[in-house]
Amino acid sequence: MKIIVLMKQTFDTEEKVEITNGMIEEHGAKFVINPYDEYALEEALRIKEQNGAEVIAITVGPERSSVALRTGLALGIDQAIMICDAEHGDHSYRIAALLAEVIKPLKPDLILAGLFAVDSGSGSVALQVAQLLQLPHASAAVKLRLGTAEELLIEDAPWSGTLALVDRDVEGDVETVVIPLPAVVTAQQGLNDPRYPSLPGIMKAKKKAIIERYPSELLAEVNQDDLSSSLTVRTALFPPSPRSAGKRLSGDGSQQTKQLLHSLIEANIIQRGGN
Amino acid sequence: MGTSILIIAELKGSTLRRVTLEALGVAAALLHERSGDIACFLAGSNKADLELASKELARHGAHHVYVASGEAHQPIQALTSLPPILSIIKELKPQYIIAGHTAYGRELAPRLAAELKAGYIADIISMEEFEGQLQFTRPIYAGKAFETRTFHGTSPHLLTIRPNNFAPASVADDVEQANVEPIFITEEAATPLPSIVKNVVQRMSSSIDLTEAEIVVAGGRGVRGSDGFKLLQALADELGGAVGASRAACDAGYCDYSLQIGQTGKVVTPQLYIACGISGAIQHLAGMSQSRTIVAINKDPDAPIFSIADYGIVGDLFEVVPLLTAELKALHQ
Ligand SMILES: Cc1cc2nc3c(=O)[nH]c(=O)nc-3n(C[C@H](O)[C@H](O)[C@H](O)COP(=O)(O)OP(=O)(O)OC[C@H]3O[C@@H](n4cnc5c(N)ncnc54)[C@H](O)[C@@H]3O)c2cc1C
Repeated sequence: MKIIVLMKQTFDTEEKVEITNGMIEEHGAKFVINPYDEYALEEALRIKEQNGAEVIAITVGPERSSVALRTGLALGIDQAIMICDAEHGDHSYRIAALLAEVIKPLKPDLILAGLFAVDSGSGSVALQVAQLLQLPHASAAVKLRLGTAEELLIEDAPWSGTLALVDRDVEGDVETVVIPLPAVVTAQQGLNDPRYPSLPGIMKAKKKAIIERYPSELLAEVNQDDLSSSLTVRTALFPPSPRSAGKRLSGDGSQQTKQLLHSLIEANIIQRGGN
Repeated sequence: MGTSILIIAELKGSTLRRVTLEALGVAAALLHERSGDIACFLAGSNKADLELASKELARHGAHHVYVASGEAHQPIQALTSLPPILSIIKELKPQYIIAGHTAYGRELAPRLAAELKAGYIADIISMEEFEGQLQFTRPIYAGKAFETRTFHGTSPHLLTIRPNNFAPASVADDVEQANVEPIFITEEAATPLPSIVKNVVQRMSSSIDLTEAEIVVAGGRGVRGSDGFKLLQALADELGGAVGASRAACDAGYCDYSLQIGQTGKVVTPQLYIACGISGAIQHLAGMSQSRTIVAINKDPDAPIFSIADYGIVGDLFEVVPLLTAELKALHQ
């Protein structure tokens, strides 16, 4: 089995986000593997350990993204591919097209990705890849099992070969779907508990090669009109409007609740006669 | 030829989700005084529900309602909706395609974007016309920053809207409009990519859709158990609101995962959010920091939740929440 993991290195959103000159300040910022991609990566590694698989991680991004791939190598992926494309991080069709070009000849059985990236938050690229490659998908997986219909105890599957049985989170409900491989599955929190790299793993990873690919070569086959028609551009970037310094209510519990309700009624947020 | 807009409508149970009516509101604003048509796509399995919902769409300004009906659309799936939607798009050539940023819309929009080579701006919370150009604002970096984007390419343009951020479309006073007959899609569109739904475990415990609630009372690890959540429920009932929770409260088994609010869970934008025993981790804030008014009840004066709260009560929720419920009861009498 060949598994591809789509990975993005993101700004650590637990850290302070600062804006300078209309850009997110990257200087001194901490970058991490997008948390939802970590679940995808962990799932790939578990499948590899249980059933044997070749795991290839691919990332698109600026040079710093190679650190995320290095971590992947330390964790046990077999191959790391870096698509060097620094400038177009928010052009999701372009990213998907680049990924699709690299993935096509690799003919993977399974593509795993995070449900969305915590920086841009669109959750668009993995499903665009699925569409470009004409693969079915199951998104927001909280449980993934692979096997034949027989192994998965699915009686009425119209497909032979390996299937994915996926429990997916649909706004809190759990929907169980079956899709035949090859397919794309996106990971939701709860799928697994990602491991940390070991020191020997980190040491070994330092010596491993990262394969570099370039848009100039990959986009040769891609229609330029499609790239321009799908373009959206950022016209402004700004911090959240500062909330008027919150009011700490004082006094004992009873005084605090009275003050609160008074303020909420004054501000017309709740009505005296009930909502 | 005028502007044409396609709305991806969505049912929850037998009725339309409010975000669909909000999408119709956005469509009306996009058309503004331009001539143009609003079409809706609606999928489901119960013909009677679909017919009622179509009428509702028409009452709220839809000029055409295309309906895909059948067992395959129960529950609705992005993969099964895709072929009929693509055939409608081929016919109507809409300038804008708008869906809710819901589980369904979030899956459909990227697939449509890739297929149509279209620009896609996700999870918008506001829209503005500036120098003749439409600008769409959305939260990024878990709500720590906002960006405004515009479409640069050719139409169609894809948008998903965050629930509870746009005014729903008003009811059209045009009688003719309300007489729109749903168009049932009969001819087989292309075969969808393979996928079968085996089972759905519905965990939605309350009748109010959290994402649509005007008031949310949310509990965290500080609530300490399901008994604590009963106190929150009593307050929510008194306020006519819904109960939500942090991840930690769900993981601890105090309440169901369907109540989870945050990056992984639901994103809510109520008029009033009351956070009880929630510390205010960024992943939680990502799901509620856009709430109009935030109240935090926490016994730790340094809890980060206070930094975004409009009103902070440093105190024990087991004392404060029942007091609030009692005070409200008294007020309502
Ligand atoms: C990838 C990822 C995604 C995540 N997604 C989400 C998500 O969607 N939603 C989410 O909520 N979290 C999410 N988390 C988890 C998040 O990081 C926090 O762990 C979680 O939100 C903490 O929940 P909490 O505030 O209830 O618990 P804690 O952080 O433990 O806070 C409990 C609070 O209760 C207060 N308290 C205790 N007793 C009382 C009392 N008697 N009265 C008043 N106050 C009291 C304490 O002072 C404390 O501030 C995610 C994490 C990751 C890594």
